[in-house]
Amino acid sequence: MGATDLRKQATNAVVWLLLLGMPYWLPAIGGYAELGTRVVVLGLAAMSLNFLLGYTGVLSFGHAAYFGLGAYGVALTIRYLVPSTGIGIIVGVLIGTVAAAIIGPVIVRLRGVYFAMVTIAFGQVFYFIAFRWNSVTGGDDGLTGWTRAPLNFGFFRVDIEHNATAFYYLVAATFAIAVGAMAWLLRSPFGRMLIAIRENERRARFLGLPVDQHIWMSWVISCGLASLAGALYALLNNFVDPRALYWTQSGDFVIMTVLGGMRSFWGPLIGAAIFVVLQDYLSSQTENWQWFVGLFFVLVVLFFPRGVLGIIRRKIQA
Amino acid sequence: MTQLVLFNVFNGLIVGAFYALMALGLSLILNLSGVINFAHGGFLAIGGYLAFTLIPYVGFWGGLVLAPLLTAVLGIFVEWLLIRRLYGRDPLYSLLLTFGLAYMIEASTRFIWGAQSLPFQVPGWLVTPLSSEYFFVTGYRLFMVLVVAIAVVGLFLILSRTRLGIRIRAGTLDLETVSLLGVNVRLLRNMNFGLGIYLAGLAGVLAVGQLGLQPTIGGSLIMPSFVAIIVGGLGSLPGTLLGGLLIGVVSGVTTVFFPSATEAIIYVMMAAVLLIRPHGLLGDEGRF
Repeated sequence: MGATDLRKQATNAVVWLLLLGMPYWLPAIGGYAELGTRVVVLGLAAMSLNFLLGYTGVLSFGHAAYFGLGAYGVALTIRYLVPSTGIGIIVGVLIGTVAAAIIGPVIVRLRGVYFAMVTIAFGQVFYFIAFRWNSVTGGDDGLTGWTRAPLNFGFFRVDIEHNATAFYYLVAATFAIAVGAMAWLLRSPFGRMLIAIRENERRARFLGLPVDQHIWMSWVISCGLASLAGALYALLNNFVDPRALYWTQSGDFVIMTVLGGMRSFWGPLIGAAIFVVLQDYLSSQTENWQWFVGLFFVLVVLFFPRGVLGIIRRKIQA
Repeated sequence: MTQLVLFNVFNGLIVGAFYALMALGLSLILNLSGVINFAHGGFLAIGGYLAFTLIPYVGFWGGLVLAPLLTAVLGIFVEWLLIRRLYGRDPLYSLLLTFGLAYMIEASTRFIWGAQSLPFQVPGWLVTPLSSEYFFVTGYRLFMVLVVAIAVVGLFLILSRTRLGIRIRAGTLDLETVSLLGVNVRLLRNMNFGLGIYLAGLAGVLAVGQLGLQPTIGGSLIMPSFVAIIVGGLGSLPGTLLGGLLIGVVSGVTTVFFPSATEAIIYVMMAAVLLIRPHGLLGDEGRF
C-alpha cells in the first residue's frame, strides 16, 4: 500500500467518523442537529453534481431542477397518496431520474457553455409548473400540510418525525449508500471511461468509446442522486416550495462544488459545509446576506479556484 | 376573439422585443469573450432604477438617454475590474463570477431602492390609447417598439459600418489574428462588454415602464433571454433577434388559450428546436 492509498484510507476514516458522531460533537461547538442534516443533504447534492462536473467534465448548471423534482415527488406522495417516507423517497427519485433520462438526449450532444445554458434554462420548466399549478403544488406558498412519517419496519418503529437525531441517521445512512455507489461506479471501468472523456474527449471517441451514451448515463445517475438529495431536503423541512427548483439554487450547488474542490471526491461535501454554515450565519446577522453570498462567489473564483481540498493537496505535494 | 389574439400577439411582440434587446447584449459578450453574463439581468435592473432616480431631474428623455449610458459605464468598470481576469480560463469560472455579481446587484438594488415595487411614471401623452377599437395600442407600447427597432438597427449599423463593429465581428471569428494585426484586444473586449451592457440598460428603462420596478426583475427576465439565444442559434445575432421575437409571440398566443403555460411554453419550444436543429434556427454548425 502506497502513501497515497494510506492517505486516502485515513481521509475516508476521518470523514465517516465525523459524520457518524455529528449529533454528539456538533452541539458542543454551537451547531444544531438540523444544521448538520442540511450539510449532509446539500453535500450529497453537490457530490452528485460533481459526478458530472468534476469526473465527466460536463458543465451542468441545472441541477436544482432534479433536486426540486425529488423534493416535490416525496412531498406530493406523502400529502396525496400514502403517508410513507420510504415510498415517498422512491417516488421522488423516480420522478427526477425519469425527467433527466427524457431530457438527456436533447442535451448530450452539446458541450461547454452551451450545455450550461441549456441545462439551466430547462430547469425553469419545472419551476413554472410548480409555481403555476396552484391546486396541486400550493404554488408560490409551497406545499404544506404533510410531515415525514415514522419508519415502520414491522417489528419496530423509528420515530424520525419528532426525533431529530434519528432523522439525521436516516439521512446519513442514505448518504452512505449513495456515496458508496458513486465511489464504486468511479472505480469501475465505466467510471474510468468517464474520466477518459473528461481528460480528452476526442481521443476517447477515437478509441471507440460511445461518448454521448456515457455522458447520458453519467447525467442520469448524477440527476438521480440529486433528486435523492432533494427528497431528503423536503423531508428535513417538512415543506417544499418552488425556490428549490429556481435557477439560482443551481448556482449554489456549483459554488459548493468548486469551493470544496472539483477534482476530489469529498471536496463538494466540504464546500457544502462551508456554504451552509456561512449562509446560516449571515442570514442571522444581516438582511442583506445575499450581497455577501454574491461577494463570496466572486472571492472564491478569484482566489480559491482550486477549492479547499485542491489547495491542501498542492501543499502536501509541494 | 380576433381582437384578443391580436392583442396578445402585439403584446408578445413587445415582450419579445425586450428579450431580444437583452439577448443581443448577452450574445455580443458571449460571442467575443465566451462569457455567459448571468449579471445581465442585474444590469437591466440598474438601468431601470437609474432612470427612475434621474427622471425627476433630467426629464423622461434625459433619463432614457442617460440611464443606459451610465449602466454601460458601470459595465465597463466591472469588466475591467473583474471579468477580464477570467478570459482564457475554464468558462465555469466566469459563469460563477457573474452569478455572484447577479446576487450582489439584486441585493444592492434592494438595499438602495427598497424591496417594494416602485411606480414608474411614463409621460401622459404616451399612455393614452390611440384607437378606441384596438384599445391596447397605447402610445407607450408603440414607442417601445420604435425604440427597440432604432436600437437594433443602430447595433447592426455599428457592427457593419464602424471600425469598432468590424473589429468585434472579426474578433468573434478569430481573436488571435485580430490581435496579431495590432488591435488592442483587451480594449476591444472591454468596449464590446460596454456595448452589451448598454443594451441591457436600455431594455431596463423600457421594461420598467411596462412591468414596474422591483429588484427581482432582472432574475425573471434573464432565463427567457437565454432561450432567445438558444432558439435563434448561438453565434448569430440575427438569430438572437428572431428568437426573442418568436418566443415573445409564442408565449403571447399561449396566454389566450392556456394561460398557466405562458412561461413554460418557451422552454418546451426550446426543447423542440434543439431536437430538430441542435444549433438553433440560424446558428452555425460546429461553433459550440
